[in-house]
Amino acid sequence: MCNPETNETAASTVQAPLVKTPSVETPASDVVLSPWAIETRSMNFWYGNFQAVIDLDMKIERNRVTAIIGPSGCGKSTALRTFNRMNDLIPGTRVEGEILFNGRDMYGPGVDPVALRSRIGMVFQKPNPFPKTIRENIIWGARINGFQGDPDELVETSLRQVYLWDEVKDKLKKNAYELSGGQQQRLCIARAIAVSPEILLMDEPTSALDPISTGKIEDLMTEFKERFTIIIVTHNMQQAGRISDDTAFFLNGILVEMGPTREIFFTPKDPRTENYISGRFG
Amino acid sequence: MNASFQSASLRERHRNGKIFSALFFASTLFAIVSLVTLLASVLDQTAGWVLIEYSIPEADIVPSDDEGNPIPLASLESEGLLSILDENLGGRRLKALDLEKPLAERSPGDLRELIIAEVLEPSVVRSWNFAESMLSRESIFQWAAETVPEGSLVFRWWISSSFLSHSQSSNALFAGVRSAILGSFMTIVLTILIAFPLGLGAAIYLEEYARDNRINRFIKTNIYNLSGVPSIIYGMLGLGIFVRFMAPLTSGALFSAASAAGDSVPLEAAALAADGRTILSASLTLALLILPMLIINAQEAIRAVPRTLRESGYALGATRWQVIFHHVLPSSMDRILTGTVLAVSRGIGETAPLVLVGASTFLTQDPTGIFSKFTTLPIQIYQWTSRPQPEFRNIAAAAIVVLMVLLMSLNSAAIILRNKFRSQRRV
Repeated sequence: MCNPETNETAASTVQAPLVKTPSVETPASDVVLSPWAIETRSMNFWYGNFQAVIDLDMKIERNRVTAIIGPSGCGKSTALRTFNRMNDLIPGTRVEGEILFNGRDMYGPGVDPVALRSRIGMVFQKPNPFPKTIRENIIWGARINGFQGDPDELVETSLRQVYLWDEVKDKLKKNAYELSGGQQQRLCIARAIAVSPEILLMDEPTSALDPISTGKIEDLMTEFKERFTIIIVTHNMQQAGRISDDTAFFLNGILVEMGPTREIFFTPKDPRTENYISGRFG
Repeated sequence: MNASFQSASLRERHRNGKIFSALFFASTLFAIVSLVTLLASVLDQTAGWVLIEYSIPEADIVPSDDEGNPIPLASLESEGLLSILDENLGGRRLKALDLEKPLAERSPGDLRELIIAEVLEPSVVRSWNFAESMLSRESIFQWAAETVPEGSLVFRWWISSSFLSHSQSSNALFAGVRSAILGSFMTIVLTILIAFPLGLGAAIYLEEYARDNRINRFIKTNIYNLSGVPSIIYGMLGLGIFVRFMAPLTSGALFSAASAAGDSVPLEAAALAADGRTILSASLTLALLILPMLIINAQEAIRAVPRTLRESGYALGATRWQVIFHHVLPSSMDRILTGTVLAVSRGIGETAPLVLVGASTFLTQDPTGIFSKFTTLPIQIYQWTSRPQPEFRNIAAAAIVVLMVLLMSLNSAAIILRNKFRSQRRV
């Protein structure tokens, strides 16, 4: 069907057979495509009585890597998790305002968060493969989303894209927990892209990994931005500087400043950003 | 630094640690010693010398060979055995036995057994425990020879194949636990079939779907309370609801009436004649009894599944049910099964609720289906221990061993199953 050696062909193969049930937020008919992958309009977020995100206006461009930085507890992970409605699963949370995905409010009526999440993938801080075989890890997400193509091909192309194929091709039937931490995290990325999402949310994906594994994942992100919009939350400012095109700085639930990474790092407009970047707090 | 002060306090801390570890060891030792004593005292009663007296000596009924010596029963064939029965039993009794199963069709072994039970009529004069039998053999023999010289002293293993294959009898020498084992087994299987899906379903609902509001908190608290309710209360509930109120259903009258619609028996009459004291009622009662425990165990197992695992499922666009079915349940199944085994083990050993629900204390027939009258091992043990004849204590001990073996095999089956699930779980 394709030559899985090259990533581009591989990607198109993955996308082609993926049959998605027509859902309300298929952008084809009723929505004018927004220039932004994700746009929030005065978004507020509460955990019970605690407001974690305050009046957030943020525009995230397509096919770029956007880094969200800020000290612990500043609401950056919370903001990220509103972008695929992951916070819906936590009881007692509340969202106000709008979050537009392809120009349509993802918290609006008639939007099914299940369908939404299959188009906005997520990679977590701690590698969390399913306690199943490596092969099953890749196939499961695609299958529940109606994948009808060749599963072996999907496994191979997905694993090749994260450069894991050569390392695991002889033990696809082994439990995913037999892999190293870095391999597990790359498996999680492969699992996420096997569903062919449009956006990839990454919540501190390398904070539990060693520098070599971190490097491999950073390389992947730079490569992937041609096909996905990547939003990454990170504690590591060097990492943000290395891989991101845009950077957003959060402090106490407020988006202090956002812009091209170079500007944020070298000519920040806000003194708080400058303090944080130069390591004066956080 | 104050060196002397520090070392003194360190010594004290070490001493405290040693005292506590000694205490912990002592309590473990106490538990083990108690268990071993218990087990030993049970096993002690399952074998030993028994002094048996026959109403007629064997030599009086068997024919003699050419030299005038009596031929032992064991070497007689069907013909000879039948003639002994003919000579010694009344016509009425013979007819009754023939009705049960034609005598001519019975095997020589069966006939010999019948002669021993019906003609020789052995009765236990005295039985000795295993330890006594081993240690003071001489004095036992002496006592037997002095007290009942015509009696026969045999060494008896109370747990035997005939004990397992015989039903209840009023003579301890012929009593067995077959119908009790079958009753226990059928009851517990049916209990699992009823309670496991209900308990697991309730646990999934409470953990995964129920919102954290006042009603659900009230329900959860009360499930905890229910697990502490004495089992006899469940027995009364079972008696009131399953045995009495739902008698047409639990006695099977509804179903037999439906299947025999052509017959002229009216439904009301069948229901009136029906008796709800069946395996079905017992299982429903036991299921209610273990349900709170099952729910709590399963809830805890489900709660122990890490949130990251659920999130990884949801992040791929899975529905709640897909996450539960494909990830939460497989990851928690080993713990759920362990909890189920604990709950079911409690159910197997229950006596009080079954007494109320109407387990038969003297049942010579095997249960044939869920609408049969039944007895279970604990009921049987309870009944035997309450009889005055000391030899029934021996068969009660034997039945206890059978019950323990049944429990242990159930547990090991569950452990094997659990390990199978656990090998898949690495979180």
